[in-house]
Amino acid sequence: MAVYLDNAATTRPCEPAVSAVFQNMVEDYGNPSSLHGMGITAEKNMTEARKAIAAALVCDPQCVTFTSGATEANNTAVFGAAKNYGKRKKKIVVSALEHPSVAEPVKYLEENDGFEVIRVKPSRGGIIDPDEFIAAVDENTCLASCMLVNNETGAVQPVRKIFSAVKREFPECVTHCDAVQAFMKMPIKSAELFADVMVVSGHKVHAVKGVGAMYIRKGIRIAPLLLGGGQEKGLRSGTESVPLIAGFGAAVRALMPTMKVAHENAEQIREYLLKKLSKLDFVTVNSDSESCSPFITNFSVQGIRSETMLHYLEENEIYVSSGSACSKGAHSSVLTAMGISDDLADSAIRVSLSRTTTMGEIDLLVNALQNGYMSLAKKKK
Amino acid sequence: MKELIIFKEGEIALKGLNKRSFEDAFIRNLKHRLSPLGKFGYERAQSTIYAIPMSEDIDLDEAVERGAKVFGAAALCKAAVVEKDFEEISRKAIEYIKETAEISRTFKVEAKRSDKKFPMKSPEICMELGGRILEAYPHLTVDVKNPQMVVTVEIRDTAAYIHAGNLKAAGGIPVGTSGSALLLLSGGIDSPVAAYMMAKRGVKLSAVHYVSPPYTSERARMKVERLCEKLTPYCGDIAFYCVPFTKIQETLRDNCPEEFFTIIMRRLMLEIAQRIAEEKEIQALVTGESVGQVASQTMGAIVCTDAVCRMPVFRPVIGMDKTEIVEIARKIDTFDISIEPYEDCCTVFTPKHPKTRPVPAEVEKAQNSFDFEPLIAEAVRDTELKVVKLE
Repeated sequence: MAVYLDNAATTRPCEPAVSAVFQNMVEDYGNPSSLHGMGITAEKNMTEARKAIAAALVCDPQCVTFTSGATEANNTAVFGAAKNYGKRKKKIVVSALEHPSVAEPVKYLEENDGFEVIRVKPSRGGIIDPDEFIAAVDENTCLASCMLVNNETGAVQPVRKIFSAVKREFPECVTHCDAVQAFMKMPIKSAELFADVMVVSGHKVHAVKGVGAMYIRKGIRIAPLLLGGGQEKGLRSGTESVPLIAGFGAAVRALMPTMKVAHENAEQIREYLLKKLSKLDFVTVNSDSESCSPFITNFSVQGIRSETMLHYLEENEIYVSSGSACSKGAHSSVLTAMGISDDLADSAIRVSLSRTTTMGEIDLLVNALQNGYMSLAKKKK
Repeated sequence: MKELIIFKEGEIALKGLNKRSFEDAFIRNLKHRLSPLGKFGYERAQSTIYAIPMSEDIDLDEAVERGAKVFGAAALCKAAVVEKDFEEISRKAIEYIKETAEISRTFKVEAKRSDKKFPMKSPEICMELGGRILEAYPHLTVDVKNPQMVVTVEIRDTAAYIHAGNLKAAGGIPVGTSGSALLLLSGGIDSPVAAYMMAKRGVKLSAVHYVSPPYTSERARMKVERLCEKLTPYCGDIAFYCVPFTKIQETLRDNCPEEFFTIIMRRLMLEIAQRIAEEKEIQALVTGESVGQVASQTMGAIVCTDAVCRMPVFRPVIGMDKTEIVEIARKIDTFDISIEPYEDCCTVFTPKHPKTRPVPAEVEKAQNSFDFEPLIAEAVRDTELKVVKLE
């Protein structure tokens, strides 16, 4: 049996999600904008999904906009906020940890539209210092962005502390939070985070790929990326992908009641994993368990490049991620930003749990790591 | 920390010997609204009503949000219940206001001491607690004139209560204390606002809507249902009557002079509404008319439509400008739904040049050119009822 430990990359769609997708493809395939009954059914199904997402974020369904995924939602948030609020205020403050779907739009604004960008670096543990972030925000800042759970290390960021202070001092500054790795893994209350815009993704929570959602607080005006038929209140033109949206809603509705149990379970599994890893002297854990989501653990295997270990594990049907997305020699910006040495960053592995991960699977992983280290380290010599 | 929600009575505190029945109605409505969140106990003392959560896992923020829409209270707030000991009070207060303190820059402390046995006087409590809050939150400064955060300590007979400021509640008097009325709900901006205003004065509302398929779509009816849903937090459950109106409109088109279409249609609508009202023992009608807004709402037109009425017709937005109505519609969150562009029965067969100064006798004559009675009876008979419940 394959051991899938790459759930931060994507998850296996759950049964309710799959059947909702199917239902909305073969039966309820109307266009939600159509005036006739089939259109109405499609719209109803979408409304149900919207309600489910809203309940999970503890907000009004009207604040939820569906997109093609978190990347589109993050792009819309950054560009849309900059367009409406950044005409005179040309400064953006972001954490240095952001996912590329936030970091790249911000970089584009810096290079092409004359925005000044402050990237707040994390501490060694991968956490942003709230005071440092807050100090960087001033009356010229149109957008402050900080993710809730880092996708590489699992570090939970003090978003509430940062955004509450930002909102207190500069109520006009738009606060944006990429909550993709936190959604359905820890309780999120939109109001308590003081985030004006929050972004979540479907396929990270056992729905299918190609759908995401953004929460936009009432009164915040985000300019759309796409113009057209004015769907989603003009924020996201284009016929809504009803099957994927319905699947997203079904997954959230199905998993929501057991979120707390799943979290506790993940904590136990993580504890078990860390205990096992601590016995391997060639492993250095990069995630700080005190402040990290239990679903993500990042560690380095001394002297073995991430990709080599990843492929070794793959041969044993164990699927993980290379902790540093070191494409073409570039190190993971997150691990580097944390001040982790190049050697460790080059050998980082990310293990991400799902609700169904078992201790037996952890045993298989740890055994394989041990064997892998033995054989790979030997080969190297 | 033990928490509860405090509701300060407004107008109902003045109801003399009837006060208790108003309080009963308020608590009944509140209970209906809060019970989906979990079990609450209710107590009343000194023109204040306390909603006490019976278990720990109840979402009190949501409860406050819901409670703020129940008519009958002037203000409400979430409060911490603490022992009547100053050390305890200040320690808990600092912890309790954390959230609000984080987003405020200025504050003041207010103290109310109805238990005169408490050793410190109100000004002393204010000064001493203010000092401690300043120590705990160095970013705050005191501003007694226009503070962003007001920390209130109430020393009552039973316990001390701490809260960080009163929220404005819905005002008005409890729904159900002022009889009942049937609202003519079209789907536009004005009628939901009219409903809100009548409910604020304690009127229990039902709604009637007219559909003319195929001239109007299913979506138009659903839109009105969604409007009802938006009203339920204020009005409670709404009995929603849906009247099939196609035949009447087609007959009107074929038999009456065009310039009288709208006015006769309004008269027929009111006739059907009051028959439903009479049958259900509803006392009055409510419409969202604003005088002079459109041709059917000129003084002349209102005189002509009122001529068929045997019961009072209330028009709570009669003297309001559109902008004022829109402001309320936004507040009660019906505006976005109201402006959705679906054809409704009022816009079917609209005459090009409606009479703005119709004469009752002429209208009567035009209407009498056809016997609408069987059609009216049929429409009333085929009316569908759906109860729109609070979510």
